[in-house]
Amino acid sequence: MTACWIAAPALADVPPGEIAVTPYEIADANAGADPYPDDRLYIALGGEDGVARIIDRLVDGVTTDPRIEGIFAASDFVRLRRTLREQVCYLAGGPCAYTGRDMTSVHADHGITTREFNALVEQLQFAMDAEDVPARAQNQLLAKLAPMHRVIVTR
Amino acid sequence: MVNVFKSAVALAVASTAPSALAQIGPLEPGGKLLLTRGISSVDGAGGGGLTPWALITGNETDRGVGATAHLSHVRVNDFSLTSYGAAIGLRDRLEVSWSRQELDTREAGEALGLGESFSFGQDIYGAKLRLIGDAVYDQDRWLPQVAAGVLWKQSDEPDLVRALGAEDDNGIDLYLSATKLILSQSLIANATLRYSDANQGGLLGYGGLEGASIQPEVSLGYLVTRKLAVGGEYRFKPDNLAFAREDDFMDLFAAYAVNPALTLTAGYAGLGSVATFDGQRGVYLSAQIGF
Repeated sequence: MTACWIAAPALADVPPGEIAVTPYEIADANAGADPYPDDRLYIALGGEDGVARIIDRLVDGVTTDPRIEGIFAASDFVRLRRTLREQVCYLAGGPCAYTGRDMTSVHADHGITTREFNALVEQLQFAMDAEDVPARAQNQLLAKLAPMHRVIVTR
Repeated sequence: MVNVFKSAVALAVASTAPSALAQIGPLEPGGKLLLTRGISSVDGAGGGGLTPWALITGNETDRGVGATAHLSHVRVNDFSLTSYGAAIGLRDRLEVSWSRQELDTREAGEALGLGESFSFGQDIYGAKLRLIGDAVYDQDRWLPQVAAGVLWKQSDEPDLVRALGAEDDNGIDLYLSATKLILSQSLIANATLRYSDANQGGLLGYGGLEGASIQPEVSLGYLVTRKLAVGGEYRFKPDNLAFAREDDFMDLFAAYAVNPALTLTAGYAGLGSVATFDGQRGVYLSAQIGF
């Protein structure tokens, strides 16, 4: 039994509904920014349930937005929703660790432009509007995400 | 000091322009976030209402081309100013603008011996080059977006402006602007240094008692929502005409992005003393369309 766990850790660690990924080093630094020191933003986003709803709306938005839907065509949406929830929770000062990949490698193959980056920002704004997140809090989250433009946009 | 300023602007422009604009690929329209193209200043350059900002006009990104057109009106106690024009933004890097300003003297025209509702104006041709920084994305750095620009202004009443004491009927403004969006505070800030000898922005000619000088201009806005910004601006001005004192300009504004094509701005303008008529204050309205 023990031998089995050691032999196939990656497979055993795959959360339900997700597709196994090539192993990588898990670190909060992969989230791409330092988190806020307290949880005020996390609370303003609606905590665990609020963040989950924002991410659901965001993923629904980006996968139906003609400007960017193609970028997500091959995504594992169960994993995408989970890692996005973790990332927003972590950056907003919530009680989460980020277990996803770093921003450079997850976007490297997509050839993302500034226009596409901004289309996602807009979908995130729509999602937060729909959840009645105050503009001030929305901008605080965007302040953490905006510098990722530097590594996400590659053309 | 002035020569250092002019040399710095020229050097920065010469070293930044060729590489930044020579990227390969077809130009695509659109892509900027709402309000991040700024509005159109009365001089035609993208910015706030009174001041050119470091933002490049149009909705384009670094891969595209965009454009805006504006119609603005300032109505104060004794004068009305109308400004309209158009500007093109290339690769979110270079901006080229034209603006026409017309000053209606209304009843003041009679008192000034020009005739009631005497109108005159100027054409303003501008170019602006973004040099360093990114106002929107560099949220983890203090470095603002910095741009250098030039505005060439030609009065259409050379005899009149000379009779008022101006040295010249045309002039050149050089400016350096630094703009920063501070998302964590929902603020947008701009600071500009303008080297200019324009009297009342050039409407009353250029130069007079003294030559050009460097004047600071500042703007601060609060992002109420992603569509609405409110704030104010203060623009120091030269004071070179013997016949009339010239004051600084200020405004308070609300700019609303109706959609990616249309931004409406309304506000209060305080222009101080204009051509011996003191305490000029009133409304500022502006509509800007663009892609």
